[in-house]
Amino acid sequence: MSTNKILIRGARVLGGDAQDVLIDGETISRVAPGLDAGGATVVEAAGQILLPGLVDLHTHLREPGREDSETVLTGTRAAAKGGFTAVHAMANTFPVADTAGVVEQVWRLGQASGYCDVQPVGAVTVGLEGKQLAELGAMHDSAAQVRVFSDDGKCVDDAVIMRRALEYVKAFDGVVAQHAQEPRLTEGAQMNEGVVSSELGLGGWPAVAEESIIARDVLLAAHVGSRVHICHLSTAGSVEIVRWAKSKGWNVTAEVTPHHLLLTDELVRSYDPVYKVNPPLRTDADVMALREALADGTIDCVATDHAPHPHEDKDCEWAAAAMGMVGLETALSVVQETMVDTGLTDWAGVADRMSHRPAAIGRLAGHGRPIAAGEPANLVLLDPAYRGAVDPADFASRSRNSPYAGRELPGRVTHTFLRGKATVTDGKLA
Amino acid sequence: MLRLPGANPRTPGHLISAADLTRDDAVLILDTAEEMARVADRPIKKLPTLRGRTVVNLFFEDSTRTRTSFEVAAKRLSADVINFSAKGSSVSKGESLKDTALTLEAMGADAVVIRHGASGAPYRLATSGWIDGAVVNAGDGTHEHPTQALLDAFTLRRRIVGADEGLGKDLAGVRVTIVGDVLHSRVARSNVLLLHTLGAEVTLVAPPTLVPVGVGSWPCRVSYDLDEALPGTDAVMMLRVQRERMNAAFFPTEREYSRRYGLDADRMDRMPDGALVMHPGPMNRGMEITAEVADSPRATIVEQVANGVSIRMAVLYLLLGGNEPAVAHARATDPRATEATVTEESK
Repeated sequence: MSTNKILIRGARVLGGDAQDVLIDGETISRVAPGLDAGGATVVEAAGQILLPGLVDLHTHLREPGREDSETVLTGTRAAAKGGFTAVHAMANTFPVADTAGVVEQVWRLGQASGYCDVQPVGAVTVGLEGKQLAELGAMHDSAAQVRVFSDDGKCVDDAVIMRRALEYVKAFDGVVAQHAQEPRLTEGAQMNEGVVSSELGLGGWPAVAEESIIARDVLLAAHVGSRVHICHLSTAGSVEIVRWAKSKGWNVTAEVTPHHLLLTDELVRSYDPVYKVNPPLRTDADVMALREALADGTIDCVATDHAPHPHEDKDCEWAAAAMGMVGLETALSVVQETMVDTGLTDWAGVADRMSHRPAAIGRLAGHGRPIAAGEPANLVLLDPAYRGAVDPADFASRSRNSPYAGRELPGRVTHTFLRGKATVTDGKLA
Repeated sequence: MLRLPGANPRTPGHLISAADLTRDDAVLILDTAEEMARVADRPIKKLPTLRGRTVVNLFFEDSTRTRTSFEVAAKRLSADVINFSAKGSSVSKGESLKDTALTLEAMGADAVVIRHGASGAPYRLATSGWIDGAVVNAGDGTHEHPTQALLDAFTLRRRIVGADEGLGKDLAGVRVTIVGDVLHSRVARSNVLLLHTLGAEVTLVAPPTLVPVGVGSWPCRVSYDLDEALPGTDAVMMLRVQRERMNAAFFPTEREYSRRYGLDADRMDRMPDGALVMHPGPMNRGMEITAEVADSPRATIVEQVANGVSIRMAVLYLLLGGNEPAVAHARATDPRATEATVTEESK
């Protein structure tokens, strides 16, 4: 299906009226009803939704260092199956992506993969230690052109280091993506602190540990006139702080993961570590506040926090297990379930929160663009009427740690196009 | 009884949490323990009930008291007992819980008694499909210690209702105050659940730093004032408080803790006549309890240890489904003893 011309026939563009979309080479050449196929390969898309290719601001591809759980190749294949055309690869690899050398390596592996663009994220501090700024400028000036910096997995908890990082990245329009977790308040933390943790006897991860850092960082960003991005916001209180910061006109953006839009800490009662994640699953009230905030734009985007782990790191007792869940291949389905099928947003809203806005935050050229003539042909086609149980055995990801195993979810990606080339055809990797 | 929700009726039951026990389950265990206690009074303290069955004591934390109690219990029922402690075993070489479990399964363990530092480890062992045998939680992290709660309830019933009079009865209306480090206490969690199930009224007393966020959903009252709670209590249960907690700012000094939450003779005098002083052990004499109180006639501390063996015999007997009544001659006319057997078999 990698011919030069492809005609997507009868797709509902952004969920609107049926249109034909003609792809010529790497770009969209026409969008109109009733186009003539000419010599183009035809994709019949009646009833399907056409969106711009999804952009993930928060993906753990694990390479270099933990190729037993994921590689750039397997991770980008998973991304393509999930409808993504660009992912931001987080910096907590081994070695850490805190130098131009490592980010260029990840960037080159992404180029070689061909399934999805890989934009490396650079570490804020050397070794994610929170002590000394990494060479942010060198990473930006490298072939990888890093603009998003994050110590994700760890919080930049030192207020001075955070302030300096926010100031420093202004020189090249960078953004610091903060993993908001006050370390002292979360020593030994295993799950959300509340009713369930009190009964299960698992160490509590209080909401205030997230909210206090977010409050500090939006104030810092305002003070130095920089932009800050909040990773995986998970509590109703965090939503209130971000809403307040935005009302002031400060340059604050935020993301929410699919799992925080759907799952709650009640699931931890099974002690099954597949539900162990950082930040932890919260309460139903938090889930509802997050959905509402994503719908009204307080939360800018959905980011997967795709975190692959090998089987043995989850097939154990809770305290010994690794934190994190895979999410690339289920993200769109979870968003349909929680945001579209509930009536909170429409498909144009999904395009905005999963493509336009994350691309804008990452300053990614060529992604998150309108579906119009002359634009890059980064597209995803999905069948919203599909319903089926999630089977991790079908994943392209090397890891299987999905909290949705066996759960019925709506929607299925049928085709993904990266600059006109089909990376997924009829639900299968091309 | 003792079955997890949705468990296959052909799989053995487990004892993971006091929350798994209904009032009737708990009373049956206490009644069975009462029969077991009579065995301890005989010259030959042994029953043939679990002959040929294998009980593994899988202890990832040091606990000579609890392990020995389970060992004595299993041996009095004629089971073969294997003590598998983490120290000096493959576990200390980095073997996972799963591989340890698969090893024990291959060796044919009928029941695994597990003590583990991680909350939920026994639940994982029982539900992960790693083993087929019965799992008994002998204390997991800061989660639960259900046999401790059962032996405490047994002690309360014997002392307050009576050994014979108590048969078939629960603890309706008995007022129990649990004092100390509730936050880190698996004993407190199991006791709150079980005592509530048995109809007792539970009050927790602790400094606010040592009460978990979320305690509001527990079936008990919470107070920060020991002196306020003592006059209206039939039994006070003192929890061990580790001195190291001071270093994490849970309380300012050992002496301040002791002054505000320790049980001394003056405070004991403010309790009603006949009210009991309990402690799961090991005690920090001079910290949460003075020597004078610990050695007083109101203290049931040594009795609790003896009762622990009876309770663990009852639990192992009921879980492993002995083929005949636990004590053949005892209360032969009482259908309950045989009912227990029939119930286990027919399930």
